[in-house]
Amino acid sequence: MCETCGCGDPGLVPVEVQEKILSGNERQAAHNRAHFAEHGVLTINLMGSPGSGKTAVLEATARGLTHRHLAALAGDLATERDAERLTAAGIPCRAITTGSACHLDADLVHRALHHLDLHAVDYLFVENVGNLVCPAVYDLGQAYNVVALSVTEGEDKPLKYPVMFHRADLVLVTKIDLLPYLPEVRLEVIRENLARVMPEPLVLPLSARTELGITDWVAWLERERAHRHPSGVAAHGLAHQHGT
Amino acid sequence: MHEYSIVQSLMGHIEAQAREHGAIAVRHVAVRIGELSGVDPELLRSAYDLMRERSICAAAPLSVTPVAARWACRQCGASVAAGGPLRCPACGAPARLVSGDEILLERLELEVPDV
Repeated sequence: MCETCGCGDPGLVPVEVQEKILSGNERQAAHNRAHFAEHGVLTINLMGSPGSGKTAVLEATARGLTHRHLAALAGDLATERDAERLTAAGIPCRAITTGSACHLDADLVHRALHHLDLHAVDYLFVENVGNLVCPAVYDLGQAYNVVALSVTEGEDKPLKYPVMFHRADLVLVTKIDLLPYLPEVRLEVIRENLARVMPEPLVLPLSARTELGITDWVAWLERERAHRHPSGVAAHGLAHQHGT
Repeated sequence: MHEYSIVQSLMGHIEAQAREHGAIAVRHVAVRIGELSGVDPELLRSAYDLMRERSICAAAPLSVTPVAARWACRQCGASVAAGGPLRCPACGAPARLVSGDEILLERLELEVPDV
């Protein structure tokens, strides 16, 4: 019997911890965020299902933002195909091949950043692994989460994957050029479903193929960048201390 | 399935706590998982059961407290029901998540040798 409290087991110590399990990732994400702020880079974490059109959106973005410097990191399980497509579209890109990991985390992004010159970059797009579940859990240090939802995925995806859409700052409804062939998919129902998981749903319908809606998306990017980095120039004088 | 990554991070916290307290084993692990955290309690449990073998947690059962998503009005604080539009029924302002996105290590029970 325990002499102190009579609990019967002298060696058992209860410890009240109350720690976020992902605090390590949060620290790394904060470090990345500081890095982006120093360079005046607006970073977008672009998520969505496999085949939702993430890479096509970025290709169209490059065509719409020719006066800006873009860079990208492309997360992929097994190939560097997306990175090759983005490089061909004129976006300097580093592939992050995750092997079996279903998402990017802040540390993977940080390591890839060492291979990317952020000086004179205006926008960094992190194309996450195609997946509507896991990537939502990990903060990468981005300014905004943007989710690509293609009309061919159906109206109910926001309700089926509430965590992903709840964390989205903006939803790009992609492939709207296919809507005439999909009478059962209605944009207003997608909006209604988003309003059930996002308190302030922000939705931009677009087609990377016809470029319908791309100007709205580009305008959103420019507005947010001006808002975040009003000077438009990087504060290169600030010292940046790298962790180990 | 990212629950293995979550358990890896969890093990890191537990090992740090065990070192700090001079523990030789962990006897119980209690976590809190929100409904909108993106972590599935059952998948977390099976990942934990696979990964705890041969670790300091080999003899530590895991208890998971699920936390339901609760929304409230950003302006007036009135509670907003899930399932409908996430707007305040009283004043129309957008809701904010009050609880339900936590991924938390709450408590441990450590086996500490007498000194």
